[in-house]
Amino acid sequence: MSTVVKVENLSKQYRLGQVGTGSLAHDVNRFWHRVRGKEDPYLKIGDENDRTVKGKSDYVWALKDVNFEVEQGEVLGIIGRNGAGKSTLLKILSRTTTPTTGKVKLKGRVASLLEVGTGFHPELSGRENIFLNGAILGMSKHEIKSKFDEIVDFSGVERYIDTPVKRYSSGMYVRLAFAVAANLEPDILIVDEVLAVGDAEFQKKCLGKMKDVSRGEGRTILFVSHNLVAIRSLCNNSILMNKGAIVKQDTTEEVLKWYLQSDKKKRFGKGDGNHAWFDSDMFLLKSIAINEEVEFGSAISLQVAFDLKLSEAKVDIAFAITRFYDELEIVSSYLSDDENFVQETKRGSYSVNIELANFLLYPGEYQINFALLINDQVEFYKEEGLLFNVVENSFFYSAKINTRKGLVFSKELLKK
Amino acid sequence: MTKYKGSSQEAEDSQWDVIIEPQAHLFDIKLRDIWHYRDLLLLFVKRDITAQYKQTVLGPLWHFIQPVFTTIVFVMIFGKIANIPTDGIEPVLFYMSGITIWNYFSACLNATSGTFVANAGIFGKVYFPRLVIPLSTVMSNMIKFGIQFLLLIIAISYFGIKNHDFYFGSSWLLIPLLVLMMAALGLGAGIIISSLTTKYRDFTVLIGFAVQLLMYATPVAYPLSYLSTKSFINVIRYNPLTPIVEGFRYALFHKGSLEPIHLMYSGGFIVIILFIGLLVFSKVERTFMDTV
Repeated sequence: MSTVVKVENLSKQYRLGQVGTGSLAHDVNRFWHRVRGKEDPYLKIGDENDRTVKGKSDYVWALKDVNFEVEQGEVLGIIGRNGAGKSTLLKILSRTTTPTTGKVKLKGRVASLLEVGTGFHPELSGRENIFLNGAILGMSKHEIKSKFDEIVDFSGVERYIDTPVKRYSSGMYVRLAFAVAANLEPDILIVDEVLAVGDAEFQKKCLGKMKDVSRGEGRTILFVSHNLVAIRSLCNNSILMNKGAIVKQDTTEEVLKWYLQSDKKKRFGKGDGNHAWFDSDMFLLKSIAINEEVEFGSAISLQVAFDLKLSEAKVDIAFAITRFYDELEIVSSYLSDDENFVQETKRGSYSVNIELANFLLYPGEYQINFALLINDQVEFYKEEGLLFNVVENSFFYSAKINTRKGLVFSKELLKK
Repeated sequence: MTKYKGSSQEAEDSQWDVIIEPQAHLFDIKLRDIWHYRDLLLLFVKRDITAQYKQTVLGPLWHFIQPVFTTIVFVMIFGKIANIPTDGIEPVLFYMSGITIWNYFSACLNATSGTFVANAGIFGKVYFPRLVIPLSTVMSNMIKFGIQFLLLIIAISYFGIKNHDFYFGSSWLLIPLLVLMMAALGLGAGIIISSLTTKYRDFTVLIGFAVQLLMYATPVAYPLSYLSTKSFINVIRYNPLTPIVEGFRYALFHKGSLEPIHLMYSGGFIVIILFIGLLVFSKVERTFMDTV
């Protein structure tokens, strides 16, 4: 196996704010330094890229000293939260911009799919756009001609091939665009979140196509996505990025484990009585607690403590359980769904204990989305931070369901 | 020892097909890359031509209408009202020939000067030699020029038969050269301006009226000879566009004057502009996505 992508000390600096007279002054200063043979004065400064804090400098490093190599035939996943530098890395790899320092070396033909349908012209027909888009992606006319039938077939829009693409539905448009991209034959394919479009069936088709391409034809793929399921199923190895640097580089399984773990630490832990989570005119939310480890088959419980400041109000609590890694919502419910629940509440301190009994989630990580409603208005909403783990127990092993896929297990079914 | 190390570094680099680095050499103009993307160049030309006339009834006939009406207006204002002589050329042909060659230049300059800003969407997503876009604009405008030139030929034939005064000679061979010069100048100036607009949009505003004003500093609506007594004739004479427009008329009608040295001056000017343009353009194309 030979190395086909080699990234060496790659860094990229951006200037924040607007281009205006200030940037002209900096340009002049930079030029003046260069004339005298000195180093660029603005390269020495710069904050790490963290959107949440206000930086001291006008310059940020979107990428800082990134190093990695990719072997031929490898499918490398690149993950990280927004602002980690994934897109900047892709931009440099696909040559739409250049690094500030460092080097990238590539072997073979590179095609990047940062978007599908780049250069599609609405007035031109599907046929004309296939040729145009193919050529933009680096194919010769001859290549496109020989692949034309395959492309049309893959897209499934044969009937409309001579209609201007502005008359296409958005789904057809994306299908056609992806079909062109899927039939590219580069040695290295760089793919950004292009799979976020199209219906589920088509997404599956695309993932399948990408799998074929990497396994069967020995092509190298760099795949950036927030869709951890897709990353898991496609990539052998992955890179986790944070604030412009590589945090972890390992097999996908290991990297994902690390990612979910480190992500969890950052989110806030159990609330305690002394620490108010949220304070408003209407209420003081004192704590939300959850048992973090739940044995398979036992109850999941959630405790909420709050003070109501209004003399009288309708209070309700809404919550949903979602699968952690892709936020698929499994259950959502309101306290008021219980007919015995009394909504009218007077001023005072309350603590509510919510239990989901015999709720059989398969082992894995889950998260609770929480909302507090006062007089039918959502006054507090938390989408992240409440995590729990469903762990295996003896029953789980005895039932031999640990290898099964799915979300929820039904005991009732098993009894029959 | 150091020397040996240096050469092995080079050998290692040559294994790679693409090396992405922060600084390119000043003269790193990827002409071979453009040849590799020639199919794309032609497809862009085709797109420009066909997309423009989708959903129009008259289609390419629109290219006839614009010069016809401009010629009528020029004949009225400069011919009838201002009484400017036309070097002994039939006024309609005089104005129409000037407009035809001028239109080509202004179309090239206007379109190429917007290259980066107008195509930021595509440029941000995929790599291909950026020069393909301005080259394709110059080429598709040449087809439009061809259509307008056809109209000019029709007009020349009509007046030739009517006045029994028709010239067709070896000077017509100059025409392709003059058109190429216009293309090169439009391209060169256009890519310089488009490189500047990526960071400073001031130039977009400037180009809007500068091209219009430039026409009056070029002998399009009057012959250069008309200014021979005026003090500012040198301003017009040193405009590199002047010999091309005058030369175009000379080639077509064999009237007026054309000094080879003037044409060479224009040629030299164009080579320099085009060269600077290519340098600036290939420097800017590398990072313009960060500032556009």
